[in-house]
Amino acid sequence: MSNHSSDSHSTSGHGSVKSYLIGFVLSVILTGVPFWMVMTHTFANGPTYITIIILAVIQILVHMKYFLHLNFSEEGKWDTYAIMFAAVIIIMVVGLSTWLMYAANAMMM
Amino acid sequence: MSTTHMNAHVAHDEHHDHHPAPHNVFGFWLYLMTDCLLFASVFATYAVLFMNTAGGVSSKDIFELDFVLVETAALLISSITYGFAMVCAHNRNRAGTLLWLFVTFAFGAVFICMELYEFHHLIEAGNGPQRSAFLTAFFTLVGTHGLHVTAGLIWMAILIVELLKSGFGSRTVTRLSCLSLFWHFLDVVWICVFTFVYLMGAV
Repeated sequence: MSNHSSDSHSTSGHGSVKSYLIGFVLSVILTGVPFWMVMTHTFANGPTYITIIILAVIQILVHMKYFLHLNFSEEGKWDTYAIMFAAVIIIMVVGLSTWLMYAANAMMM
Repeated sequence: MSTTHMNAHVAHDEHHDHHPAPHNVFGFWLYLMTDCLLFASVFATYAVLFMNTAGGVSSKDIFELDFVLVETAALLISSITYGFAMVCAHNRNRAGTLLWLFVTFAFGAVFICMELYEFHHLIEAGNGPQRSAFLTAFFTLVGTHGLHVTAGLIWMAILIVELLKSGFGSRTVTRLSCLSLFWHFLDVVWICVFTFVYLMGAV
C-alpha cells in the first residue's frame, strides 16, 4: 500500500496512512484513560468529571484533524467555518436548555 | 455507447486532480452540520431528563462499562480501517479499497449487534424505553446514533457492490469521501455518547 500520491494531496483534505495511524493512537489513549479512570475509581468524582470532559474535547479535536481532515487551507476552510458555526449553535442548544430546565426545577422545589 | 462511456471516464481521470468535485462533498458536510443539531437536541433532552427515573433503574445500575469499551473499540477500529480504504481509493487500488471496506463493515456490524444486544437485554429486564423518562431519553439518544450507523452500513454495502461490479467510476471516490465524512462524524458523536452518557452516568 503505497501512500506517495496521497501524501502529495494531504493538504487538499485526504489523509495518509501515517496521519491515520497518529490519529488512531491518540484516539486509543484518549479513550482508554477516561474509561480507566471511571472503571477503577482512582480519583474523586469532581476531578474525574472534569478530566473526562477535557479528554473528550481533545479527542473530538484529534478526530477533526486526523480523520475529518479539517484545516484552514484555501479549499478546506469552509468546512471548518461550517463546523465552528454549528458548534456555537450546539453549545447554545445544549447549554441553554439544561440551564433553563435546571433553573426551573430549582425554583419549583 | 460503451466506448464513449469509457472515454468519459478516462478523460475525467486525467483531470481528476483539477476537479475533485469538492462542492458535492462540501454539500454533504453541510448536511452533516444539520445532523449535528439533531444530535444536539437529543443530547439536550437526555441532559434534562436523565435524573427522572420514576423510581426505576438509574444510569449507575444499568451501564456495563467493559461492554461499552468493546463497542467503542469496534467503532474506533472501523474508523481507521475506513481511513485505509480511502488511502487505497485515492491510489485507485480497487482490491485494497474493497478489503478495507469489508473490514470496516465487519467492525460496524459488530458495533450494531452489540448495541442491539444491550437494548434487548434492557427491555427483557423490564427497563424498556416506556419505563421512565431517563430510559426514553437514553434509548432515543443511543438509538438515533445506532440508526445512523445502520444507514452507514447500508450505504457501505451499496458502495462495495458498486466497486465489485464496475470498479472505479468517475464519481466513486466522491461517494466514498462522503461516506468517509459520515462514518468519522458518527465516531465523533459516539465520543460524546460514551463520555456524557456512559462514563458520566457511571462515575
